[in-house]
Amino acid sequence: MSFPWLTVLIAVPLVGAAVVALLPKRAGGALPKQVALGVSVLTLAIAAVIGVGYDVGGGFQYTEEVTWISAFGAHYAVGVDGIGLTLVLLTVILSPVVMLASWEDGHVGRWSVNSFFAWMLALEGLAIGVFAATDVFLFYVLFEATLIPIYFLIGGFGGARRSYAAIKFLLYSLLGGLLMLASVIGLYVVSVDSKFGPTYLLSELSQIPIDQNVGRWLFLGFFIAFAIKAPMFPVHTWLPDATAAATPGTSVLLVSILDKIGTFGMIRFCLGLFPEASQWATPVVLVLAVVSVLYGALLAIGQNNIPRLIAYTSVSHFGFIVLGIFVLNSYGQVGSTLYMFNHGLSTAALFLVTGFLIRRRGSQLISDFGGVEKVAPVLAGIFLVAGLSSLSLPGLSPFVSEFLVLVGAFAHNLWFAVFATLGIVLAALYILLMYQRTMTGPPVAAVVGMRDLGLREVTALAPLLVLIVLLGFYPKPLTAIINPAVHDTLTQVGVSDPAPKVPATAGAGAQEESNQ
Amino acid sequence: MITAAEFQAPSIEYSLLSPLLVIATVAIIGVLVEAFAPRQLRYLVQSVLAVAGVVVALVLTVLVGMNLDVLRGGAARGKVAAAGAVAVDGPTVFLWGTLLVLGLISVLLFAERRLEGGVLSFAGQAAALPGTEAEREASTRGLEHTEVFPLMLFALFGMMLFPASNDLLTMFVALEVLSLPLYLLAGLARRRRLLSQEAALKYFMLGAFSSGFFIYGIALVYGYAGSMEFAAINEAISGTPGGTVLLLGGIGLMAVGLLFKVGAAPFHAWTPDVYQGSPTAVTAFMAACTKIAAFGAMLRLFYVAFGGARWDWTPMIWVIAILTMVVGTVIALTQTDVKRMLAYSAIAHTGFILTGLVGVQQRGSLSVPGGGITSVQAVLFYLVAYGFMTVAAFAVVTVVRDPGGEATALSRWAGLGKESPVVAGVFAFLLLGMAGIPLTSGFTGKWAVFASALASGAWPLVVVAVLMSAVAAFFYVRVIVLMYFSEPIGEGPVVTMPSALTTIVIAVGFLATLLLGVVPGPVLDLAASAGEFIR
Repeated sequence: MSFPWLTVLIAVPLVGAAVVALLPKRAGGALPKQVALGVSVLTLAIAAVIGVGYDVGGGFQYTEEVTWISAFGAHYAVGVDGIGLTLVLLTVILSPVVMLASWEDGHVGRWSVNSFFAWMLALEGLAIGVFAATDVFLFYVLFEATLIPIYFLIGGFGGARRSYAAIKFLLYSLLGGLLMLASVIGLYVVSVDSKFGPTYLLSELSQIPIDQNVGRWLFLGFFIAFAIKAPMFPVHTWLPDATAAATPGTSVLLVSILDKIGTFGMIRFCLGLFPEASQWATPVVLVLAVVSVLYGALLAIGQNNIPRLIAYTSVSHFGFIVLGIFVLNSYGQVGSTLYMFNHGLSTAALFLVTGFLIRRRGSQLISDFGGVEKVAPVLAGIFLVAGLSSLSLPGLSPFVSEFLVLVGAFAHNLWFAVFATLGIVLAALYILLMYQRTMTGPPVAAVVGMRDLGLREVTALAPLLVLIVLLGFYPKPLTAIINPAVHDTLTQVGVSDPAPKVPATAGAGAQEESNQ
Repeated sequence: MITAAEFQAPSIEYSLLSPLLVIATVAIIGVLVEAFAPRQLRYLVQSVLAVAGVVVALVLTVLVGMNLDVLRGGAARGKVAAAGAVAVDGPTVFLWGTLLVLGLISVLLFAERRLEGGVLSFAGQAAALPGTEAEREASTRGLEHTEVFPLMLFALFGMMLFPASNDLLTMFVALEVLSLPLYLLAGLARRRRLLSQEAALKYFMLGAFSSGFFIYGIALVYGYAGSMEFAAINEAISGTPGGTVLLLGGIGLMAVGLLFKVGAAPFHAWTPDVYQGSPTAVTAFMAACTKIAAFGAMLRLFYVAFGGARWDWTPMIWVIAILTMVVGTVIALTQTDVKRMLAYSAIAHTGFILTGLVGVQQRGSLSVPGGGITSVQAVLFYLVAYGFMTVAAFAVVTVVRDPGGEATALSRWAGLGKESPVVAGVFAFLLLGMAGIPLTSGFTGKWAVFASALASGAWPLVVVAVLMSAVAAFFYVRVIVLMYFSEPIGEGPVVTMPSALTTIVIAVGFLATLLLGVVPGPVLDLAASAGEFIR
């Protein structure tokens, strides 16, 4: 057996979390933070090795498989395909960024700095595990396990309403998770009668024919859980509360990484295991996705609270992602997977830079700011770039993905695409209005004398901005690994792309190359 | 002139029954010790005797389990012993082992003396009225009731006999043997004695009432089948198409007796009061072991004796299971006392276990032989998981104290996470286990019973169960919020350092909850190898 790279990748942050938790607790001590940052950078390095060794178009790689609970058919089975690898990379890139940006945030709660950084590392390890799991049972276990660190991160270190926000988040997630549990058990019942015996391996489950009605019910259990996680309209209300109460770093982990589990799960499990039911559900899902796009955007425009605003923009963006997934063609899915990565970067930048802003002023309300660009030009500049990336300005990375999703939507059904496109216009409104109100005009009294960003803060944000610009001009490294995986997913669903009515896009072009 | 039929002495399989006999013998010796040993030696002698007895019985159980006869081509193992009165089969041995292990750690809890400043946490002199001079005198003289050890062993004997009984009379005798000592023990708390005595009286009255139902049911079933033996009852049911009033009435009334013991709604009303009033060590023992024994007996009665009438009793269990889950979880939401909350949580768990009862019974009913979780396996595993979580959780309750004794009001637990991270962490973990979060034994147990229920087509039951699990998670998490995210009120709770005894109990319960969540394979396989019940 070759070197278990993925297991190491999962284990390093988890072990690091334990170490950080056990380090001596001293007020103002920097040691736990330094160790945590070091561990996350080490994890990034390991992931980079994995990424370099990844064979584009080679299907699931770095696979490991050990029987875990034979009576249940559960395995410890991990492996990454292009989609999983993309999200693993997102996780390992964002974790050190968030830690560096949250350097001072561990002191705000009743709890020690150690626990803040330990929970973050634990979350990183579990999230990597979720994206790498190729066994449904293992996925479910890790999916639920991620709730615990994020629960303590929100509840222990957030703002005034953190306790309420944490428990609301937890209950929504648990409700979805338990519905998924019913479906997970249903899969067991399906598999126990198959030629494989009880099994949870994706590779085996996907070969088992599932009765149409059973499949649809099981699909629903998974889909509702993922829709809550993503979050989609109408089960999104926990997200604004959570981001308003949590620290910026926690919000990034929550929105940029954990919520991706929802959309990732839709591709991997809903489409992968229940192709018939996925096509059956497509019309309803697409309507919900478009509603999410528009509703999230409209609510964002009306917000006066910055973290809540960003949360609603994410609801809108997740609408785009789900739209791309369920149009069931390669443009949409490549776009969606890319979107997950890019949205992770742009939202992280937006949360962190506004987090710095809010921390300086001590208020989350847009109306308490004005003219910040005069006193803190660097902050304002980064804010503008992050905002522009969020509204998908051409040249920045989210544009590529949003464009592909809309191409996919047009290829699927004109009307969904038309309404979704309105979301772009609204996006320009909510971002630019926020920028205008907080940054432009004469500085209000409260922001006069505000410090500009320090070295640490700029260092934390720089990788994100570099990636956003770089991938905006040259998305090939990611599309190259995403394309074959999307192709596999669509083959499993049993759909093929409609004949192109437009010249081949970047996505389709790359796919042809990889197929050669 | 009637000549007496020639009397044949029944043959007793002493080696097969040795675990039962050891516990009974040690209990009787305990009574003698109480009569003859000098007062200052009694604590030492009784506690050592009880621990040694349980350990010996445990070793014998393992030996018995390893040497069981194999029947039905490996589908079942065991032998009917004691002239048809006791069935020593795979499930019996598994339950004996579980009961003895939990009994062992319960004995340790009983023997804890440091928490009450050097005396047992039981009343110094139970006969002295609360608040009188006699009570004060008993307290100043440091009197102790070391009878609790033999009483507990008698109860344990009854619990072991209950799921092993192979005819109705033995089952009834076992029910009484396990109940009577518990009624007494419930009334022996050192603190808050009126509450404790009230609990004992309530438990006794309602318990006696439910025993009445049970024996009436036995009479009806006997009237129907003409025999007390399970195998004969089963034959009578199989031979007669359709249930008759006698049989259905009998099943219903016997079910009342059993459902009372497991604390299923609507026969659950005693649970919170008794759990709250009893000495916490007794609550731990009672909550874990009584439920295990009663579920074992219920499985045997319904599967072995009433197996042929499955379609008659399944709807009843459906209704009871849903009602129990809903009542347990919803009422638990409003509790303000940790022991009452755990009591309602125990009721909810009863509901979850009941979903397993209607599950797929035999391996043969699945198309793949050898694969698939059977309901016996699922329920047995759940009982083990539940037992360890419960004993450990109540053990934690005993160490969180204020000057008035145990601080059971939930509001007193606020801020415990800061005061005592280890105790709060363990308790939080146990609560997560009860909530069924993955990587705890509670999750594995839930998965197993739900899978067995779903495989038999009981999906509405499973959907209700998962929804209720979500509700249940709320009240468990509420306690975690209280411990970690709330500021303590006033002085705040104090965690008294217990002796090694209680520490062992908490550690064992914690580790079992963790290990059965992470690597449940061995225990699941053990439960699977227990196989089916024999007749």
